[in-house]
Amino acid sequence: MKVTVNADKCVAAGQCVLLAPEVFDQREEDGIVVLLDDAPPSELHATARESAMVCPASAIDTVEE
Amino acid sequence: MSTETTDLPPFPGAHNARCPFDPPTEYTDWRKSAGLRRAVWKDIPVWVVSRHEDIRTALADPRISADMGELQSFVGFDNPPPMFPRMDDPEHARLRRMLTKDFTVKRINAMRPEIQKMAHEFIDQMISKGQPADLVRDYALPIPSLVISLMLGVPYADHEFFQQHSTTMSTTNATKEERGKATLAQFGYLQELVARKETEPGDDLISRVLREHVETGELDRMTLVINGILLLFAGHETTANSIALGTLALLRNPDQAARIRETDDPAAAVEELLRYLTIVHALVARVAKEDVEIAGQRIRAGEVLLMNLPAGNRDKAFVSDPDTLDLDRNARGHVAFGYGIHQCLGQTLARAEMEIALSVLLRRLPDLRLAVPFEELNFRHDMNIYGVHELPVAW
Repeated sequence: MKVTVNADKCVAAGQCVLLAPEVFDQREEDGIVVLLDDAPPSELHATARESAMVCPASAIDTVEE
Repeated sequence: MSTETTDLPPFPGAHNARCPFDPPTEYTDWRKSAGLRRAVWKDIPVWVVSRHEDIRTALADPRISADMGELQSFVGFDNPPPMFPRMDDPEHARLRRMLTKDFTVKRINAMRPEIQKMAHEFIDQMISKGQPADLVRDYALPIPSLVISLMLGVPYADHEFFQQHSTTMSTTNATKEERGKATLAQFGYLQELVARKETEPGDDLISRVLREHVETGELDRMTLVINGILLLFAGHETTANSIALGTLALLRNPDQAARIRETDDPAAAVEELLRYLTIVHALVARVAKEDVEIAGQRIRAGEVLLMNLPAGNRDKAFVSDPDTLDLDRNARGHVAFGYGIHQCLGQTLARAEMEIALSVLLRRLPDLRLAVPFEELNFRHDMNIYGVHELPVAW
């Protein structure tokens, strides 16, 4: 799986960090998304996908490889 | 009222007194009809969006604006400064990002021990005062009020002042004059507070925004004041009602209460409570900036849309058996905090407060019960934020 984030679209809702803290973090200064792992191991695929699904700003994309 | 609106149903409708947790049937039925339902809100005809997917679509559409002008601004001002939930991008993003720093998952998690301590202290006080107690006044309201006071740097000693004015501001049948007076009182209060923090800054959001954005000339003082009122209001009214109504829902479903009592991670349970309760009924309004189509419905530029969040969260296309409170289900993706770029700024804080408040309460008082018959409870049909006015409990 390939994960990408769009920091310009991000609204710092933080749901991705709650769901998949191994994959996503937030910038300290404004809470905008930081991608920790763009190719997470298979056990994190479900929560990464769910993060993309619930992101209110559609700032996360996951592509299955 | 114009002839165009006389035959239309009002939005939102009142909850059925016998099923106070369920949105009115006629409003959830609107999910079933094609297109969008026409209704009346604030004396004007609106389109009501009731399906989960349609709400997401509408709230993510940049052609649909959150700037409702006078329909949803603070009354009492001639030229009110902008509030970030009523702004569109890019101006909205600019202002919101000045505030997000204090609401990140890391910052909120760091506050958890302190919130936990507060919850225990308010329970201690409630117990020492004796039973029955009003859980709203003694527990559900004080916790988020104290938390948001500390975050913003508002003295908690003034909580009765801001709670009282917040109540007036969110009473749907308060007159324009009453709401204007309450808003101006809050405005004057926050203005003085901001002035004080310019000379005596503290470790709080208002002092930080002053230092990082007002002193640099990025943000004017009035805009900080008005958005401060908003954070103060949104920071305690919403969570307080979620805690109180959530407690009531759990008292009505003891097997579900046991799940919260027994788990060390109530996050998923709180997510389901947020979905099931959906306390914001008719605040998420939008206006089309150009002609758009939502759910096959043509909406003309200038027409207003209302998000029927309770109906969306009870949509079978979103979760199965939606009218059942099931704390074991995965309710993530609900629209209780809205959706799109305006999704609740304080959602991580609200989740943490609900998790802590409900866990501590149910563990400390395992025999918690209603002290009056359920039928006598006074639900907040008259308020912008749903809940119970009082929740008399014994233990």
